Amino acid sequence: MLIAATIAILVVMALTIVRGCMGPTLYDRILAVNMFGTKTVLLISLLGFVMGRPEFLDIAIVYALINFISVIGVLRFSDSFGFKPPHQDKASGEKGS
Amino acid sequence: MMDIALNISSAICLFLGSFLCLSGGVGIIRFPDFYTRMHAAGVTDTLAASMILIGLMLQNPDAIVISKLVMILLMTLFISPTTSHAMAKAAMNSGLLPLLDKKENKDGVKSS
Amino acid sequence: MRHTISLSLALAAFWLLNSGYYTPLILGLGLISIITVVYIVHRMDVVDHESQPLGLSGKILFYYVWLGKEIILTNIDVVKKIWLGKGAISPTLTTINISQKTDMGKVIYANSITLTPGTVTVNLVADQITVHALMAENIQPLEAGEMDRRVSRLESKC
Repeated sequence: MLIAATIAILVVMALTIVRGCMGPTLYDRILAVNMFGTKTVLLISLLGFVMGRPEFLDIAIVYALINFISVIGVLRFSDSFGFKPPHQDKASGEKGS
Repeated sequence: MMDIALNISSAICLFLGSFLCLSGGVGIIRFPDFYTRMHAAGVTDTLAASMILIGLMLQNPDAIVISKLVMILLMTLFISPTTSHAMAKAAMNSGLLPLLDKKENKDGVKSS
Repeated sequence: MRHTISLSLALAAFWLLNSGYYTPLILGLGLISIITVVYIVHRMDVVDHESQPLGLSGKILFYYVWLGKEIILTNIDVVKKIWLGKGAISPTLTTINISQKTDMGKVIYANSITLTPGTVTVNLVADQITVHALMAENIQPLEAGEMDRRVSRLESKC
């Protein structure tokens, strides 16, 4: 069951990457990156159990915190002048990334 | 006997968590715009993560491991609404308009 | 002072639960770390009733249980809508009034709304919040005010 859950998480991560590459706007990509990060936390915890090394959980905790701070940082940065695409609609969002 | 019960409940939790995660992943592909996709991401952040972590907790009797899993769970639950709100607000501030339901617009219920 | 003690206890618990080694050297290092963190936090002047909501801690557990039940129910709803596809959803954006007075109450309410899938708080200005909902029906429980009343009852404690 652990292996099955790991594979499911990997599939979800692949779907998230698809959305990150497709995503019409900048914020879709940020959402995809954030979700990829939270799924990585789950994947690390699962892998720790699959390999029988629960020390991996420390890495998962650190990863959760770093993911949070990096997403908030990118969002803060995206507010600043010059980072935003000139007019944000479905077609022109591509340039922003 | 106890072991078997724990294993079965852990397997059920892991299965539910994987299913919810997959649903969130499908939702993030299928939904039409950013704001609706955010709700799909919310599913994977709340119940799916809790289910998988609870499933892992039932696998290991070690107190340290359980406390670390509880910590990860609490962090996920505290961090996820903050990030969602920050993303929604940043998107709204940059002028990304949500795709609203047609019926609502016609009735004039739509606000700001 | 109460807040400093509670912060030190929380940090000590965090260290002890994370380390798993209880030798004098490691415990000493932990003590040094806790003292450093408490000193830095004091200089930043963020130790107050907002970062350490002590009055809240007793009653909020019942609220968490209720919130957990809500999260499970809305999750099932949203997952159903995901598999039904585009036709089933009706995204809405509404502004609703909130009755909380303190910042803490407002933040708890807005965070609870965001934590339940299907509704996301987009903005919070004075005593109005803008909520984006996946389905129009999701707004109704918020307007009925069950969650609002529970958070207001919590708020009187802090």
